[in-house]
Amino acid sequence: MTVLEEKILSVIEKNSRIDAAELAVVLGTEEIEVLNAMQHMEEDGIICGYHTMIDWEKTGIEKVTALIEVRVTPQRGKGFDDIAERIYKYPEVNAVYLISGGYDLLVTLEGKSLREVSSFVSSKLSTLDTVISTATHFILRKYKDHGTIMTRPYVDQREIVSP
Amino acid sequence: MRDIEEMLNRQVVEMKPSGIRRFFDLVSEMKDAISLGVGEPDFDTPWHIRDEGIYSLEKGRTFYTSNSGLMELRQEIAAYMKRTQGLDYAPASEILVTVGGSEGIDLMLRAMINKGAGEEVLIPQPSYVSYEPCTELAGGVPVIIDLKNEDQFRLTAEALEAAITPRTKVLVLPFPNNPTGAVMERHDLEAVAEVIRRHDLYVLSDEIYSALNYTEEPHVSIASLPGMRERTVVVNGFSKAYAMTGWRMGWACGPAAIIRQMTKIHQFAIMCAPTTSQYAGVEALRNGDADVEQMRQSYDQRRRFVLHRLEEMGLPCFEPLGAFYVFPCIKGFGMTSEEFAEKLLAEEKVAIVPGTAFGDSGEGFLRISYAYSISSLREALGRLERFVERHR
Repeated sequence: MTVLEEKILSVIEKNSRIDAAELAVVLGTEEIEVLNAMQHMEEDGIICGYHTMIDWEKTGIEKVTALIEVRVTPQRGKGFDDIAERIYKYPEVNAVYLISGGYDLLVTLEGKSLREVSSFVSSKLSTLDTVISTATHFILRKYKDHGTIMTRPYVDQREIVSP
Repeated sequence: MRDIEEMLNRQVVEMKPSGIRRFFDLVSEMKDAISLGVGEPDFDTPWHIRDEGIYSLEKGRTFYTSNSGLMELRQEIAAYMKRTQGLDYAPASEILVTVGGSEGIDLMLRAMINKGAGEEVLIPQPSYVSYEPCTELAGGVPVIIDLKNEDQFRLTAEALEAAITPRTKVLVLPFPNNPTGAVMERHDLEAVAEVIRRHDLYVLSDEIYSALNYTEEPHVSIASLPGMRERTVVVNGFSKAYAMTGWRMGWACGPAAIIRQMTKIHQFAIMCAPTTSQYAGVEALRNGDADVEQMRQSYDQRRRFVLHRLEEMGLPCFEPLGAFYVFPCIKGFGMTSEEFAEKLLAEEKVAIVPGTAFGDSGEGFLRISYAYSISSLREALGRLERFVERHR
């Protein structure tokens, strides 16, 4: 990882819409350098995507997010990888993490309604052979996500002119 | 009853109000103006620092501290001066915690100047608005050194030498500079220090922007050069580096003989810096380096962005390497700085402070602050570009 690549990541992690020309300006380099570095990082899977943060609560569109703790029996020679794959292949699954502590996998899931989420858990997740148990937690409100505070917009409280 | 106007102190009455004040009043009347005119960070104070302030209140630490400030804080200031400049200051006798950097400026001048004795204070301009009035209030004679665009607004040995008279006592050294963003690098300081030593001057080094420096070598304090520590009072503070302007916290470091007298004035005029702020300050110096670095990098990105946009619109500007200001030249427009700023405000509703708010030598320049998000900068600079194209 080069110094430039690291700097690019720190900027685009917060703002993926910035274009290569502007990135080059703020980082004091050439556009072509930025484009090359980005391409490398995309090819190496360091940059995995460019997503948009949406506060769905403000849209009025119903959406439910759940955190599901999953305890599983690891398989000989495969550990948790196979079972994780069987879970993350479902498109409604947002994230799958292997976790240390009281359970094994943390699965986040998005659905239209509580019913949809619980039906996924009971019919798809719990029925997998290696799954021992699940505990489903519904997210009631997102205060902060991906380092962004969602409850209040930024208001500049400074005096408009000062020495 | 005698006329109240007649009762007032003549010197204060005749004092010019800050040049920025007039402009502020003008801007305030304009409801939807956007601004590139602030002299303070846009970041919130890092949470762990605020939390420490809150915690100190919860613990009931609501009493005066010693006049010089909490010993714990002075020890942290000593450690900071050591790790950033390699300078040793004794917490017990050579460090004073002040109400912002501004108080340190006032105290140093009052501690050094004999009223009405014709003692001269050299003030490079453009620079922060306090030095001249504080010199006058202290009873000294301000002598202005005009800094020049072609020197990137740095102080040169020649300009300093030319301003020195037998009555010169103190040199104010305001770098990194507000409003120009100029810095003094090691070789610049060495040249100036030689003149200072030869003429046996004292230095008030206002280093409030020391952490916001974009040169290869981090900020160098003039006090760290040979023979300078014993003739320099360094004024610094939390406002710019830690985004703590409202906490009103600064410090002064210098020879015990000067700090002792400054502490005396501070003791009678102020008592002590706000206790809550002092506890927050301990946390800032102890655990805040990473925050400062993050903000510095962010300013540096905005600095490049603004310089690039100015270049695109053809406004000449030297590359400033400190603080969070750029100082473009608008001499080609047939307007004074004030006219330019007022017209820009009226036509495009962008508030940018005219260079003359910081001294006559700021004529022909504007101070653009980049303590704003890139998107705010983009919008405001877009308006400036429209204006520039229309009036070229």
